[in-house]
Amino acid sequence: MTTSSDRAVPETAGGSDAVQAELLRFLTARTRKPWTADADLFASGGLSSLFAMELVVHLERTYGIAIRGTDLRLENFRTVWRMAALVDRLRQPAPGGRGE
Amino acid sequence: MAGQNGTPDAGRWLAVLGAGVMGTGIAALAVGHGVAVTLVDVDRSRLDAAPASVDRQVRLARLMGALPPEAVPGDLVTGLSLAELSTVAATTPAAVIEAVTEDPDAKAKVLADVSALVAPGTPIVSNTSSIPIDELAPATARPVDLIGIHFMNPPYLIRTVEVIRGPRTGDPTLERVRMLLAALGRDPIVVDDAPGFVTSRILHPMINDAVRVVAAGTATVEAVDQLMQGCLGHPTGPLRTADLIGLDNLVDSLWVLYGRTGDEGCRPCDLLLELVRAGHLGRKSGRGFYEYEGDRHEHEGELS
Ligand SMILES: NC(=O)c1ccc[n+]([C@@H]2O[C@H](COP(=O)([O-])OP(=O)(O)OC[C@H]3O[C@@H](n4cnc5c(N)ncnc54)[C@H](O)[C@@H]3O)[C@@H](O)[C@H]2O)c1
Repeated sequence: MTTSSDRAVPETAGGSDAVQAELLRFLTARTRKPWTADADLFASGGLSSLFAMELVVHLERTYGIAIRGTDLRLENFRTVWRMAALVDRLRQPAPGGRGE
Repeated sequence: MAGQNGTPDAGRWLAVLGAGVMGTGIAALAVGHGVAVTLVDVDRSRLDAAPASVDRQVRLARLMGALPPEAVPGDLVTGLSLAELSTVAATTPAAVIEAVTEDPDAKAKVLADVSALVAPGTPIVSNTSSIPIDELAPATARPVDLIGIHFMNPPYLIRTVEVIRGPRTGDPTLERVRMLLAALGRDPIVVDDAPGFVTSRILHPMINDAVRVVAAGTATVEAVDQLMQGCLGHPTGPLRTADLIGLDNLVDSLWVLYGRTGDEGCRPCDLLLELVRAGHLGRKSGRGFYEYEGDRHEHEGELS
């Protein structure tokens, strides 16, 4: 699993932490259960995998990103860490491309 | 279906009639497999909502790993009638699939119109849950071209489909439908014609019974679903399934079954009828046996 840090993309100050905190709040409110940033949301006893679509919509609306193509993989939404890493990466201008 | 050796295949598009729960789901299945779709509905508001709904479902299918990663999404065109759109499209579709309201008269009308429009040999497919295919056949100009494909809901997440071969369905029609389903990554099980075929004949009265159990006060909605899931391995529980189907569609289908079998188990029970009268149609209206918060067209985050 690639994270934003080992991809050597510049870290937005506090971005990842703030995103993680916000996601944990969202999950707790939405599922009425406490979560940790490294918990596997879709492990047995966890959330239905269909909930991942709600996470996609939430991330897009909250962070103004578009999650498309090969980024639409359940693996990217399995933990709060991975979602925060995805948000960080998609908020960066693509290498050689232009930003949002 | 697929163009061989890179030859562009002009027939690689589908016409889907009815942009409700199933029409948009079938469109998403096709678009996600790289097949272009022309989607028709008589209701302007349904039509306006359709592109976003199809897009969301394609993304859900991709997220679930249910689409071939290399497929380039097919185009989606929407319109109020196939006749209006046919003047634009130069080619004939690979098939026409009707997924309009479960009402024999409405379906007969749509099938008559469609069979007058498309070239002979084009499979005309009904996605009916319960109406016998042979009962719809006289409405079409060519009963040999008519066949049933009972896609499950959601069509892009459930691979197995029930294919209904009516007594007048032609062999070439069945063959073309097999090719179409192969291109869409679905696995057909071919059965004979009967009210409700196999899946609805078994599932719909079972759901009706589950509602009766709740109405009798024997157990709560949650308890019924938990028992059917935990003890009997039902994937979602009958009442959550009812919400997914749409309670109005379920009632329509039960009436079709009751009228053709006389089986009292198929007569829609009072609680089901009351919910429909109150406009509680399940997921699509935001409330049925369960409540669905937020965007009512999204698959909600129930605990599994
Ligand atoms: N809901 C399910 O789970 C499910 C599963 C398998 C099969 N089916 C079958 O699929 C069909 C559609 O069911 P649904 O749940 O999508 O219903 P729905 O009520 O969600 O949608 C039906 C759509 O058909 C449209 N329509 C009605 N008459 C029309 C016409 N003449 N031309 C074009 N559009 C027209 C309506 O405006 C509506 O948008 C039914 O035959 C149903 O039995 C449903």
